[in-house]
Amino acid sequence: MSELAPAQEADAGPEDTGPTPVFGHPTTLSRGQLCVHPDRDSYAALVRALRDDGYQMCVDLTAVDYLGHPGRALPPGVQAERFEVVVNLLSYTPARRLRVRVQVPEPDPRIASLYEIHPAVDTQERETYDMFGIVFEGHPDLSRILMPDDWEGHPLRKDYGIGRIPVQFKGAPPPR
Amino acid sequence: MSAPPATDLNEELRVGTCGVDALRSPAAVLRLPHLPEGVEQQPTADHTMIINMGPQHPSTHGVLRVMMELDGETVVATKPVIGYLHTGMEKTGEELTYIQGPTNVTRMDYISPFHNELVFALATEKLLGIEVPPRAMWIRMMLCELNRMSSHCVWMATNGMDLGAVSMMIYGFRERELILAFFEKCSGLRMNHNYIRPGGVAADLPDGWRDDVKHILEVIPKRLAEYDQLLTGQPIFHERTQGVGVITAEECLALGITGPILRSTGLAWDLRREMPYLAYDDLDFDVIAGTYGDTFDRFAVRLNEIRESVKIVQQCMDRMPKGDYRVQDKKVTPPPRARIDESMEALIHHFKIFTEGFKVPEGEVYVAVESPRGELGCYLVADGTAKPYRMHIRGPSFVNLQALPHMMRGGLLADAVAIISTVDPIMGEVDR
Repeated sequence: MSELAPAQEADAGPEDTGPTPVFGHPTTLSRGQLCVHPDRDSYAALVRALRDDGYQMCVDLTAVDYLGHPGRALPPGVQAERFEVVVNLLSYTPARRLRVRVQVPEPDPRIASLYEIHPAVDTQERETYDMFGIVFEGHPDLSRILMPDDWEGHPLRKDYGIGRIPVQFKGAPPPR
Repeated sequence: MSAPPATDLNEELRVGTCGVDALRSPAAVLRLPHLPEGVEQQPTADHTMIINMGPQHPSTHGVLRVMMELDGETVVATKPVIGYLHTGMEKTGEELTYIQGPTNVTRMDYISPFHNELVFALATEKLLGIEVPPRAMWIRMMLCELNRMSSHCVWMATNGMDLGAVSMMIYGFRERELILAFFEKCSGLRMNHNYIRPGGVAADLPDGWRDDVKHILEVIPKRLAEYDQLLTGQPIFHERTQGVGVITAEECLALGITGPILRSTGLAWDLRREMPYLAYDDLDFDVIAGTYGDTFDRFAVRLNEIRESVKIVQQCMDRMPKGDYRVQDKKVTPPPRARIDESMEALIHHFKIFTEGFKVPEGEVYVAVESPRGELGCYLVADGTAKPYRMHIRGPSFVNLQALPHMMRGGLLADAVAIISTVDPIMGEVDR
């Protein structure tokens, strides 16, 4: 894995030329930052292997809804889907970052939970479920975290308009 | 009678099945079972009681609600309930241009707004591929470190109040006002400055800024020595903080905890040192680390970080380079005010930049800075238009709150307040 170190934060490198694959998964460079693109089935296994390889901390987990995006650079062989789960991993020695981007199709927005590997994703997977409706299988308590429990819809989806729905409060009197 | 869960916990603590595996144990976090419809929960025979602390409790630092399962005075399990301040800032960020973006993100962590603006500006600049001039970098660094000082002063104030040192509340806010007055001089506002923008800063430092900063640097260390005396050597403060809310480095790594909480465990991880941004690699400062990872260590780390920030601000003042305070890239930077009076094109240019914004080439980046609370990250996805396609902020408080159930477990209810305070959550950033 030492061949990864020079790629980290090396702004000089050309974009998306596909550096060395990580554990057999295709990679890209986005503005000098290394991204790995596993498929849905091998995602958890990859994160586990990376953890054992030194990426000890799962810093961030979020998702992007690419509905209506003009198109993004993906390595050959990776099928673009509507949702993308993005996981940022951090290694302490040496200090480097790695981003894992997984395609999640719209009709079946399910993906394995990383809770068993990184307990850090507890609230972040709940937030991603709340905001995008992506189901993390194996999460101990996948419930809404920021929105009220009885909220309908997933606000950060691109087909969820802003200012369309009046403020909902539990037990509030209906508008006159 | 069945054994109350507290006994199990004590058993677990005694035989030492703590550590990272204990973080995943089902009893670690209070989770209410989801019963099928029509099934009523039977009252259990144990002695535990579930109480709510907050969201209006004054010592929960905003609108944090903590559900606690108590066995007598012992905390068995805890669950932080958040979302009361959720205003959809990530959604709003998709509707604002890159120029308007800092006005939005600066309202997240309202105690350290400069860091929020900085991380958004750095992410945008990385997408644009521009580098800001040295003076802009050093102004940013100086203001961020002053902000770290004011943020830690507020933390010391509220932490003091939570532990009964009410005079600390007044002192901490007094020092903060001193710094905020300088921020007001620079940016026009005490908080929510919108001063650090993509491409540089909004304006040059005001005339006489050196006198103001010099005054701050003279006053703060002297007063810090007083607070050190007031708190560090005080037996009541020791009793309330030492050995309370202990967390280890391994648990911090597993839970994603960064910032002073991680450093208090002895792991000297500071992004300013390990992954330098701006010009932090040019500066001489120490990374403060603790030993035991308890509440007292976290107090000591933050107190000494103010001293390190004083050192950094002193260096910024001494070495402040001359030159432009924003990048002279016509695509990003509006023309100078004086040009607008004499040139029609400049007026049009100014109008276009502020109504339409500038286009950012397609791509996605993650940029992180060390905020007073830990790693503050910004994940930006650009689609080639003037607005971010997706703006995600990784708030350190949001992730650090996960430590709460583990730090409180097995402790006393009275310590819960000290532990909430020591996590230093800013609810604006937690809920976004």
